[in-house]
Amino acid sequence: MSWNRKHLLDIESLTAEELTLILDTARTFKDVGRRAIKKVPALRGKTVVNLFVEPSTRTRISFELAAQRLSADIVNFSAEASSFKKGETLKDTALNLQALNADFIIIRHSASGAPQFLSRVLDAHVINAGDGAHEHPTQALLDAFTIREKKGRIAGLNVTILGDILYSRVARSDIWALTKLGANVTLCGPSTLVPKTFERMGCRVTHDVDEAIRDADIINLLRIQHERQRKTMFPSIGEYTQLFGLNKERLAKTKPDALIMHPGPINRGVEIDSEIADCGRSVILEQVTNGLAVRMAVLFLVNGGGNVAPEAAGNG
Amino acid sequence: MSEAIAPGTLILDDRAIQRALVRIAHEIAERNENGAEVVLVGIPVGGDHLAARLAKTLAGIWNQPVPVGILDVTMHRDDLDHRMAPTVHPTDIPFNVTGKIVVLVDDVLFSGRTTRAAMDAINDFGRPKKIQLAVLVDRGHRDLPIKADFVGKNVPTALDEKISLRLTEAGAPRDEVWLAKKPASKETQP
Repeated sequence: MSWNRKHLLDIESLTAEELTLILDTARTFKDVGRRAIKKVPALRGKTVVNLFVEPSTRTRISFELAAQRLSADIVNFSAEASSFKKGETLKDTALNLQALNADFIIIRHSASGAPQFLSRVLDAHVINAGDGAHEHPTQALLDAFTIREKKGRIAGLNVTILGDILYSRVARSDIWALTKLGANVTLCGPSTLVPKTFERMGCRVTHDVDEAIRDADIINLLRIQHERQRKTMFPSIGEYTQLFGLNKERLAKTKPDALIMHPGPINRGVEIDSEIADCGRSVILEQVTNGLAVRMAVLFLVNGGGNVAPEAAGNG
Repeated sequence: MSEAIAPGTLILDDRAIQRALVRIAHEIAERNENGAEVVLVGIPVGGDHLAARLAKTLAGIWNQPVPVGILDVTMHRDDLDHRMAPTVHPTDIPFNVTGKIVVLVDDVLFSGRTTRAAMDAINDFGRPKKIQLAVLVDRGHRDLPIKADFVGKNVPTALDEKISLRLTEAGAPRDEVWLAKKPASKETQP
């Protein structure tokens, strides 16, 4: 099959085949990172703008490197040093960037739906790098890539997502991606942060952490997002750690080959014990490596989206 | 590789393909006296399997194994802005190409654009001493000043025709090369 989308706005609207195509494409791009010359000319002459209205380090750097390894030029745009401070709207800012002939706009914004909005007003390709509590598509793709690479498959695996689900765009994108690819997803955390309504997305909700991780093949820990909580959702950080933090005792009760994942940034000693974050079952840093490959694949595929069908391959 | 429509004309059957590959292997050996310098690099889809077959024959001629790599040229294509993103295949060059004679192996030589992309791509892995080109079928209609060093069969074609290579490695019942009219509508392609 071929990819024919001009933007990557969410995971919810993608099919399992499209998800698999991105993961397959990313595998080849991961190899590029191991070459002596870690660069291919696929996006030579293209301009990519990182429009990060909400701060981020790892996602921005990952997209920046991904664009550079595809030979694109990249401009970073952060809210602190921009005209947003002077009252310019998102639409005007984006139109100005487009007037500079930007071909891709990668947007991170605190408002859910901001990427969808931009995709309607711009001709450029729009990639969602996280919008409010809605979605973070490339994080879900790199999570799925890491699981598939480590376990050889996704279908049939038990994936437990533990922590702040309510405010997490990562959780939402992960749930869409992993359930579409056939995994059994369990959500766990304090009842205030993991409401039962999430079961409508096709996953299981429990508030018993030991039960949630016992049969898990993957334990994906999410950070407590203080910045998105309007009021206190649980009594104290200490209590959260005690009730839901992943420590040695809890880990001992899991499957011996269960993998520990975390989208970062990790809060050592809160949702995860320091030694567990560094143990052999933790794939947190491999997630970072894979994120680069996945973002290269997304840029590459989206670049062709909207063009006509390819000529039959093989005759060249 | 399979069409729903009539398959067209059989250009090469399994024995003809075998003979052509054996001849190409001998021509490669004749051109390059020092077999230790030669590495084969196949371009998927098709060229990778042909490169593996050539390497086997060459190993018999030179009495030493001949390294084989796979080079995906997708990311070096010049038409990425004019089409949907093509399928990328893994690249695997398990040797250093610097100082080697790299024989690129492709199934069909047509516009020459794939070959140009392959020459660009191989330079990202090192600086070969020489690059040569072996193809099973040369169908003409070059867009670029590129010529194959080793050709299995020259096939005059019309622009609206299509060559398809079917190999047992790719699941075909037997090795065959067919020439057919392109389907009138893209939608009729599987």
